[in-house]
Amino acid sequence: MIRWRNGAAALLALTAGSVGEAFAGTGQPSPWQLGMQTPVTESAIFLNHMHDGVNIVIGLISLFVLALLIVVIVRFNEKANPVPSKTTHHTGLEIAWTLIPALILVGISIPSFRLLKMQIELPKADITVKAVGHQWYWSYEYPQDQGGGFGYDSYMLDPEGAKKANQPNLLAVDNELVLPAGKTVVVQVVGQDVIHNFAIPSFGVRMDAVPGRLNQTWFKTDVEGMYYGQCSRLCGANHAFMPIAVRIVSPEKYAAWLVDAKKKYAEIGSQPLKVAAE
Amino acid sequence: MANAVADHAHGAYGHDSHADHPTGWRRWVMSTNHKDIGTMYLIFAIVAGLIGGFLSIMMRLELAEPGLQYFSNPQTYNVFVTGHGLIMVFFVVMPAMIGGYGNWFVPLMIGAPDMAFPRMNNISFWLLPASLSLLLISLFVEGAPGSNGFGGGWTVYPPLSVAGHPGPALDFGILSLHLAGASSILGAINFITTILNMRAPGMTMHKMPLFAWALLVTAFLLLLSLPVLAGAITMLLTDRNFGTSFFDPTNGGDPILYQHLFWFFGHPEVYIMILPGFGIVSHIISTFSKKPIFGYLGMAYAMVAIGAVGFIVWAHHMYTAGLSLNTQRYFVFATMVIAVPTGVKIFSWIATMWGGSIRFSAAMHWAVGFIFLFTVGGVTGVVLSNAGLDRNLHNTYYVVAHFHYVLSLGAVFSIFAAWYYWFPKMSGRIIPEAIGKLHFWVAFVGANILFFPMHFTGLAGMPRHYVDYPEAFAGWNKISSYGSYIFAFGLLIFFYGIYKAFTSPVRAADSPWGEGATTLEWTLSSPPPYHQFETLPRISNSGH
Repeated sequence: MIRWRNGAAALLALTAGSVGEAFAGTGQPSPWQLGMQTPVTESAIFLNHMHDGVNIVIGLISLFVLALLIVVIVRFNEKANPVPSKTTHHTGLEIAWTLIPALILVGISIPSFRLLKMQIELPKADITVKAVGHQWYWSYEYPQDQGGGFGYDSYMLDPEGAKKANQPNLLAVDNELVLPAGKTVVVQVVGQDVIHNFAIPSFGVRMDAVPGRLNQTWFKTDVEGMYYGQCSRLCGANHAFMPIAVRIVSPEKYAAWLVDAKKKYAEIGSQPLKVAAE
Repeated sequence: MANAVADHAHGAYGHDSHADHPTGWRRWVMSTNHKDIGTMYLIFAIVAGLIGGFLSIMMRLELAEPGLQYFSNPQTYNVFVTGHGLIMVFFVVMPAMIGGYGNWFVPLMIGAPDMAFPRMNNISFWLLPASLSLLLISLFVEGAPGSNGFGGGWTVYPPLSVAGHPGPALDFGILSLHLAGASSILGAINFITTILNMRAPGMTMHKMPLFAWALLVTAFLLLLSLPVLAGAITMLLTDRNFGTSFFDPTNGGDPILYQHLFWFFGHPEVYIMILPGFGIVSHIISTFSKKPIFGYLGMAYAMVAIGAVGFIVWAHHMYTAGLSLNTQRYFVFATMVIAVPTGVKIFSWIATMWGGSIRFSAAMHWAVGFIFLFTVGGVTGVVLSNAGLDRNLHNTYYVVAHFHYVLSLGAVFSIFAAWYYWFPKMSGRIIPEAIGKLHFWVAFVGANILFFPMHFTGLAGMPRHYVDYPEAFAGWNKISSYGSYIFAFGLLIFFYGIYKAFTSPVRAADSPWGEGATTLEWTLSSPPPYHQFETLPRISNSGH
């Protein structure tokens, strides 16, 4: 009896899991997922919707080409059509299959440019943090004038550590980035040794961490929770083992965390800069 | 000046003089014959394909389950990924299409006795075994500290490729690419000169077969893009060994400069890999539909447009590097433009078949499969061209799915299509049609099971170049791995077909594919004589 119940439960889990899109993970992938992770920022929501739309267009185009090929195979094989035609031109068709794809592309480009502008143009930051990519971990810095003035390293947890923390293996870290909900966060991304990439799919964020170049990206979400991403630029042996984890908490919890973190982590920029005029 | 006595002694065709037909090892090592050189390129591509394929099967074995099963050192996995990419691009697809089929059939199709520079043709080939040897040696010398081989991807980005790999492995790799690049540049000079200068009397450019058009455009892309790659990798070599800092920000350099230089080559490179395939598909579709290609001029100039615009879209590979809004906007727009001439070609092939009297030979299976599968790969390219969408897809398995659809299910399918189409002409033997068709179906099923699920893992966020992955990606990865084993099994069928061809007493006719095969190679014997068209043919009608 118990074996039958376990079997049924397993079957249910399999079928439930295989309805991929409806069960897309938030902040992390889920088994047999078909689509993107659930978006929690305005730009990621726009991205997901635009992708849904473009997916329909390209799906229809592919099916249209497949349908034409099937018609051709059925109607014009040598048994069905022993005498080939000699047609090699049709100006109307040639204009149509040049103009219609061009118009489809124009249609796609309208939301595309809007989305791009939303991603690239930085709004006014409520909070700025710095993410530094290293071989093979991230470090995060919080500026002094925003209640910070410290920085810490964020290493992937090993499998036992991840299990103990009840977080997914290869995504869980020891010290995640902690940020408040409802605030515009600008992330400054840089590489310390080689190029890495700071990516968080549910936020729609992905930015190269390049040595000698300060890249900036941004996000704002109202949804508290844990959000994971993985380094997305080949950076050496442990490229697969330096994930990004962000914990979004309420502004009150964030304020309390800042106080604790300032005590706990090493101070950065604690010496004032000596300027020549002084 | 060719004199009458010499012409008489050597005859029109079919009569080989002992004096100009080398034998033994000299025939191959010191060849000046485009057909022999083409054969060497094809054999080389097959051997390299087995090596590159072995690397990818090892990768799929590792990725079949989460955790590390075969690669205790993750860097070794990165070395396999890098080697797989470099070998397939530079030692399989390019040699097969350009060195193999290009050398064999461009002179025949334009009515020329050989390439413009037969001896330079030979060095173009022999540079490749030397180049591949250097790359293979690189796998066994130190790269990153504590590991052998270079593991930074086929794109070789610094600083990982400079400070990140202090050992000599990448120096071997760079020298390998220098040789392969030189081989292709010399080959490009040869093809351009041959096609522009040696067409038979009456064959104007607008009467030239589409495969020749494809190779002409490809040759220009090679000529103009490879020197930029050469510059970029030489700058890497001097950064690594001679104290320069082109890409070192601590000394005034910029890693992003490398990316611009690499991709200025890298994007035309992908058109270099597909344009000959477009030419091949045009010939096969026309032959087996028993109809001329629909819209010949549109087809020729679509290839020219794809080649030209292909030079001004490179930064769509750099959308997450931190480029400005206007820069990204421009590259989104320019990249989408290329979809228009490409669509013209897809619809023209279908219109060629429409109204035709189609014989579904083995080669036709591969060509029709190409049309559908290249469309699938092409439309995911349209998705990726939107920088806003690429924000979530860049460097994920969605990109891997895209380029394997256009390459493994596009370029490689066109290579197999050409194999089953031109094998009788090249060898005088016949591969049983049933074997060619069975190979197609096994490859079709295997490659789709292998690559389609990568769209899903990519959308769900799985990054590229990963030896291991979070548990959630396990399901689709397992399925992909099974697909790879099926595709590999198909290669056994491919080799069995060659075996059957060479052990059978059956010989191929001059034109085994019937009245639809209208280009000049089908007027010659199978195989053609060692020298052909010593008296040039006169072209009256277009024949396409």
